[in-house]
Amino acid sequence: MVDYKDPKSTIAAVQVPSEGEAGKTGSWRSFKPVFNPEKCILIKSEKARCHICWMFCPEVAITKSRPPTINLDYCKGCGICSTECPHGAITMKKE
Amino acid sequence: MMDMIETKRLRPDDLPEQEFLLPGNRSCAGCSMSLYYRMALKALGKKTIITVPASCLTVLHGLYHKTSVKMNVVHTTFETTAASASGIVAALEAKGLGDEITVCGFAGDGGTSDIGIQGLSGAAERNTNFIYACYDNEMYSNTGTQRSGQTPYMAYTTTTPHGKLEHKKNMPMIMHAHGIPYIATSCSSYPQDVYAKFKKAKLFTGTRYIHTLIPCPPGWGFPTDQSIEMGRLAVKSGIFPLFEIIDGKMFLSPESERCLDPSKRLKVEEYLKLQGRFKHIQPEHIEYYQEYVDNHWNFINQFL
Amino acid sequence: MELKHESNSQATRGRHVEILTGNHAASHAARMARVDVVSAYPITPQSPVVEKISEFIASGEMSARMIRVESEQSAMASCISASITGARVFTATSANGLAYMNEQLAWAAGTRLPLVMCVVTRALAAPWSVWTDHQDAISQRDTGWMQVFCEDNQEIYDTVLEAYKVAENDNIFLPIMVCFDGYILSHTTMPVELLSQNEVDTFLPSFNSHLKLHEKIDEPVGVNPVTLPDPREGFPGYMEFRYRLQKTIEKAIDVFEDIERDFASLSGRNHGGVVRGYKMEDADIAIVGMGSASSQAKKAIPHLREQGIKAGVLTIRLFRPFPKARIREALKNVKQVVVFDRDVAYGLEGAISAELKSALYNRKHQPHVQGFIVGLGGRDFKTEHVIHGTKMAMEYAEKNEVPDETKWLGVDK
Repeated sequence: MVDYKDPKSTIAAVQVPSEGEAGKTGSWRSFKPVFNPEKCILIKSEKARCHICWMFCPEVAITKSRPPTINLDYCKGCGICSTECPHGAITMKKE
Repeated sequence: MMDMIETKRLRPDDLPEQEFLLPGNRSCAGCSMSLYYRMALKALGKKTIITVPASCLTVLHGLYHKTSVKMNVVHTTFETTAASASGIVAALEAKGLGDEITVCGFAGDGGTSDIGIQGLSGAAERNTNFIYACYDNEMYSNTGTQRSGQTPYMAYTTTTPHGKLEHKKNMPMIMHAHGIPYIATSCSSYPQDVYAKFKKAKLFTGTRYIHTLIPCPPGWGFPTDQSIEMGRLAVKSGIFPLFEIIDGKMFLSPESERCLDPSKRLKVEEYLKLQGRFKHIQPEHIEYYQEYVDNHWNFINQFL
Repeated sequence: MELKHESNSQATRGRHVEILTGNHAASHAARMARVDVVSAYPITPQSPVVEKISEFIASGEMSARMIRVESEQSAMASCISASITGARVFTATSANGLAYMNEQLAWAAGTRLPLVMCVVTRALAAPWSVWTDHQDAISQRDTGWMQVFCEDNQEIYDTVLEAYKVAENDNIFLPIMVCFDGYILSHTTMPVELLSQNEVDTFLPSFNSHLKLHEKIDEPVGVNPVTLPDPREGFPGYMEFRYRLQKTIEKAIDVFEDIERDFASLSGRNHGGVVRGYKMEDADIAIVGMGSASSQAKKAIPHLREQGIKAGVLTIRLFRPFPKARIREALKNVKQVVVFDRDVAYGLEGAISAELKSALYNRKHQPHVQGFIVGLGGRDFKTEHVIHGTKMAMEYAEKNEVPDETKWLGVDK
């Protein structure tokens, strides 16, 4: 039988899901997002709802947690989170 | 039907946490397509088979033998998204899974309105039970930003060095002419709206068409952090109206309602001046562009 | 009109003979193969294949989903994705329709899909011609598909069933074209014995493929992404996939013969495997052709033999993979080979002629080979052309001449 996880037996190009398909894309970054917890509404108020940064991140590099965390292994440094955060809780710093 | 499927206004944290797109993929920094695709996949859910033609999305899906997408995907040739989807639908129906598994084709603007329009029109005429999602970055971005049928007036592309002389092809209305049950336009800058429209599309049977504007930082010439704002400006200026056409009736989405009043439309110049692709544009072009957008709203008004 | 003659004997209960066109013989085979999905676009002379299938579906005799696509390109694209999803599929086309599928054909073979397609051969335009030759099928020989050519309507029915069995073989997984001549077979009625559904079901169990996406919802995969020039982390690059395809298609000759034997023991009919000899036992001269060219050649044999020319016919049934060793074996005792091509590999010569020479080159036994281009665009290929061509070839051989320019018969020069 054909097993796509076995490079010897595979006959067609069939790909399987894997994080970091393109490697550690964090290395592409020229600006690094720096999280300022004191400004994050999710930290300032337990009842607050936000997660705008999580929603807008094209890279899936921000977690939907309280507070959100940024996965710098993969963050490409686009700066959308910083621009979209209404509370100024993320600032971009040159790498 | 409208009452039944009206979705409440979603807040960011209403969106499900489960991701089908994985980090460390091959999309450019600030890619609106990634954000859009992430939202669409959340709405479609696991029981989906996707088909994707040659496009930026092929790149996002990654190089053999890994993929950054946790969903069944059938890559297909440039022009065959809708035909490929038709085959998947027929096979699922033959296996008795037609109602259980959603089929969705995701193609770029060139793949949809240029090379793929024949197959799309055929599939829509057959009312094939699938969602066709066009993500529109207004050029052939994947091959290096050439002109497409969706490139707007005066935009620079590598094959229109002095700007395109024609307007964007109106795909949603072409699809409307097919009499399909659900059509929507959306923009990646409104992720909840993208999510809600895909969710809603899932409630219909037959061909559903969702056309989404996705600003492309390298292709359009703006900083990567402005991806969201650029889409907002396209909507607020009325250049890209957000609406749904449900069983033949058009409904403006709340984001675009204000554009009904010409005085509340942001001037197109506010949108154009921020993008490198319009750098060469002259005042008379801007005037003509504004007139075109205003006329387009008269056209839309006929359907409301 | 279809006349039914039910078979009465115990072993063959449920079999019956119908008077069928070649096209309808193909439709019946697709019906009895229990295909899941049919996707096709009208083109002459193929259309009756799919029209008959539409009737079968409408009458409930067949439960396949039918996609009435808007082009052949979409026909093949939808067949590909239906197969990937896990369906047994069928389609048919001709000429420009086949040419329009070209990109998809390579895609299907590269995905290693067990598709079966009838190609009702027709001349490739321009100028337009709706009549037969083999140019359409020959033009697609390098796409990675297997190609079989049929000579009568019974063979069409039988070959479609065999084709599924070969394509879905665990060691093959490649698409296959079942080619037969437009009008000459497609629109001509002949008695065709249909097997019982039980017999077909035994011969051809449910769909077998390496890819069935509908079973992989919990374990998702992506099919046909971009590959790299070199292997990645030990996984094949583009070239490794293509190597595997070629190595597999090379194996298909043995597999085809095995399946032909199985089919023969089931049906009592043997079509000769990958090549078929007629009066070849004592032949000095082999006349080589495919499809209608081959049946026409057979008609000339009694005339040639009357004149003391010991000729036989070698029909190439399987054109892709090209059965080089079987051809050499079949030609081991002949001095001379005369090839009739209903196609042109433009700028070279007839395709069969060229390929046959390459099969014989660098081998001990090298009979003289002379090819002729005949019967393009439905031009009658006549017994007299076979006789004339054979005699011309004998003269060349006698003078030890191998002309570089192509020789055409039955054309106003």
